Amino acid sequence: MEGERLASQARSSGLPAGGATGESPGVDAPLLGSSGSSALLQAEVLDLDEDEDDLEVFSKDASLMDMNSFSPMMPTSPLSMINQVKFEDEPDLKDLFITVDEPESHVTTIETFITYRIITKTSRGEFDSSEFEVRRRYQDFLWLKGKLEEAHPTLIIPPLPEKFIVKGMVERFNDDFIETRRKALQKFLNRIADHPTLTFNEDFKVFLTAQAWELSSHKKQGPGLLSRMGQTVRAVALSMRGVKSRPEEFMEMNNFIEIFSQKINLIDKISQRIYKEEREYSDEMKEYGPIHVLWSASEEDLVDSLRGVARCLDQCCKATEKRMSGLSEALLPAVHEYVLYSEMVMGVMKRRDQIQAELDSKVEALTYKKADTDLLIEEIGKLEDKVECANNALKADWERWKHNMQNDIKSAFTDMAEENIHYYEQEQIVDFLQLQND
Amino acid sequence: MEQAPRDPERQLQPAPLEPLGHPDAGLQAAVSEEAEGARDEGSGEGTMTENNFWLKKIEINVSEAEKRTGRNAMNMQETYTAYLIETRSVEHTDGQSVLTDSLWRRYSEFELLRNYLLVYYPHIVVPPLPEKRAEFVWHKLSADNMDPDFVERRRIGLENFLLRVASHPILCRDKIFYLFLTQEGNWKETVNETGFQLKADSRLKALNATFRVKNPDKRFTELKHYSDELQSVISHLLRVRARVADRLYGVYKVHGNYGRVFSEWSAIEKEMGDGLQSAGHHMDVYASSIDDILEDEEHYADQLKEYLFYAEALRAVCRKHELMQYDLEMAAQDLASKKQQCEELATGTVRTFSLKGMTTKLFGQETPEQREARIKVLEEQISEGEQQLKSKNLEGREFVKNAWADIERFKEQKNRDLKEALISYAVMQISMCKKGIQVWTNAKECFSKM
Repeated sequence: MEGERLASQARSSGLPAGGATGESPGVDAPLLGSSGSSALLQAEVLDLDEDEDDLEVFSKDASLMDMNSFSPMMPTSPLSMINQVKFEDEPDLKDLFITVDEPESHVTTIETFITYRIITKTSRGEFDSSEFEVRRRYQDFLWLKGKLEEAHPTLIIPPLPEKFIVKGMVERFNDDFIETRRKALQKFLNRIADHPTLTFNEDFKVFLTAQAWELSSHKKQGPGLLSRMGQTVRAVALSMRGVKSRPEEFMEMNNFIEIFSQKINLIDKISQRIYKEEREYSDEMKEYGPIHVLWSASEEDLVDSLRGVARCLDQCCKATEKRMSGLSEALLPAVHEYVLYSEMVMGVMKRRDQIQAELDSKVEALTYKKADTDLLIEEIGKLEDKVECANNALKADWERWKHNMQNDIKSAFTDMAEENIHYYEQEQIVDFLQLQND
Repeated sequence: MEQAPRDPERQLQPAPLEPLGHPDAGLQAAVSEEAEGARDEGSGEGTMTENNFWLKKIEINVSEAEKRTGRNAMNMQETYTAYLIETRSVEHTDGQSVLTDSLWRRYSEFELLRNYLLVYYPHIVVPPLPEKRAEFVWHKLSADNMDPDFVERRRIGLENFLLRVASHPILCRDKIFYLFLTQEGNWKETVNETGFQLKADSRLKALNATFRVKNPDKRFTELKHYSDELQSVISHLLRVRARVADRLYGVYKVHGNYGRVFSEWSAIEKEMGDGLQSAGHHMDVYASSIDDILEDEEHYADQLKEYLFYAEALRAVCRKHELMQYDLEMAAQDLASKKQQCEELATGTVRTFSLKGMTTKLFGQETPEQREARIKVLEEQISEGEQQLKSKNLEGREFVKNAWADIERFKEQKNRDLKEALISYAVMQISMCKKGIQVWTNAKECFSKM
């Protein structure tokens, strides 16, 4: 059962929530000091770890090497470096490292599509090797997400980037779009890897390791499309009932997520707009500096002052570009992920409601129909378990998700503020120099 | 603006300067010295012997602006803004200032004053007025002449204009200017009575008219070229600045939306709530800080605009010189042809074409008496022409001398002012950065506490 699995994992790792991914240990794990003594943590892990072969991998140096060697393509912006530094403190938390890179275009007679290279490095025993390289296309990611949702209907599965963006997209395969998608896909896989339950999902493993033909054949197993469609229809009908009998804590969750979703969407729009305004500002600034240089050509006595101003303005331009790239690399993707996340969470709420509704309808049937009482009671028993599991899973995952959300939002905005401070400091320096020259 | 070598053909002769057509002005040719001492030259309306006005230092303020309604020349109702001009004289001993005059003027009267100065001081780079209509606006700035911000900036511009005139060594002595500051009623009539409009050369208004000057003064050609460049580059700069201001405004204001949304979001958050709420407040502060920043920048833009309009004043001086030169050349040409005619009549040879000559050829010889008469007329004309040419030459040389003196003065003023403006711009930018650093540091603190 899922609930047990979470708890047992928590006991075996015995590790606190800390770390960059903010993993929550689940319901019952003892909370050790947060980023405290990593030596102590390491010792704990070594003691508890069953597989001797894996010990080496937990030493700091090895994990460092892993990190540096696996990501030549990883964005080396200062912000992501900071994240890597955080990993150092608790290397034992992460034993699965995934990168997504090298988008490649494939043209067939039927269609054109892009595949991404996925490199996985791991120290886990259940993997046959410590390194895997596969190519996957967006469809494959969709498949994976579907399987995860199926297996864990009330866990908050990380969101996938959108199929296509309606506004402002001229061609499907424009470079910015591909890059944004690549980053989001990488985030998606790493979120799954960091999730205490999802990380052990079998389909996830197949996704990361199987060659193309293996994946195809694996996909063909399992419930077909039709049955899934049938489920959806029933689900919609049930979801209407579920809302009425929703327990208090889930009502709260629902209220929260509805308002959160509204607000994060607005923030997403605002942030995109700021980016756009900064881009236009930068474009105008590019013209501003050179005019002063032009002017200096007809003024003997003002040459120095004018050229000085021109220099300032050009520097300002550069600083603006940097500020913008900070936005597009960090804040915008982070906020957008939570826009998609909020949709996922709302879906999870619905599914929980559906499961509850199933139980409720059986209970109702029991009170009215006396026939097949025994069968009904048995079914109800099963459903009650199912509901309890679903609720527990969701509750635990909700806490974990909220905690992550807080950290992610906090760090995204803190970094954005930092970028802005840096921007103004740069400008100020340049202006001071200009004044001194005069 | 480099000084070209003097044209060797021109002979320099010192002579007292007379402003075009106004015999009673009685001004001394004070080249670039500050006005000193009481003036008692000559007599009549041009001088200011009646008072010691210019002995003391004066302060001029355009202190207020007021909306008024009245009836215009066509008896239709109109709304306009009137400006209060206060003049104070400053006692040397204790630095105290005493209000000596205070009156209301509207923009059109300033224009009248300036047009008068342009006509009577063609060799002077006359300070420009602030713009008649708002130009180089960016979206938030109003193009409406009645808008209070525009009126305020115009008030400052008009004050600046009066101060420029008052501190000009030559213009400050003008009686009409003095009356502008002191005589509210009847001033318009007084100006019009000078008949300056008649004296204004209508050719100056024909902007596109080019005059073929055979021997253009290189320095003036260069100056004209410079003024064109200055005008072009400053216009371009002001246009781009307005667009940059627009964009910057957008960046700042959108951040204000964060404030509202953070505040709403904080309502559902327990731990993050306080941080979000206070961060939101800082976003509001950030968004509203742009208004003051851009208002200051607008003053900087006004400083540049003054020199944009000064470029026109420079060009006006060049134009006037060009016209003078043209008239001179035409007069010389006319004289030369008359002399030739005379010579031919005297000697009987016909080299130049004349109507009389042709008709004589066609219809028969003229009598010796007739020829004598014609020669006499021509000789008179030649004598007159020589006088005129002499005085035109003199005028021209004086014009050039005085114009260049004023241009040098202007050049120094421009360099000083523009340098100062550029420095103040840098200072403004620094202050903007300081504010930015403060706001974002505060915001960062709030975010990190979330």
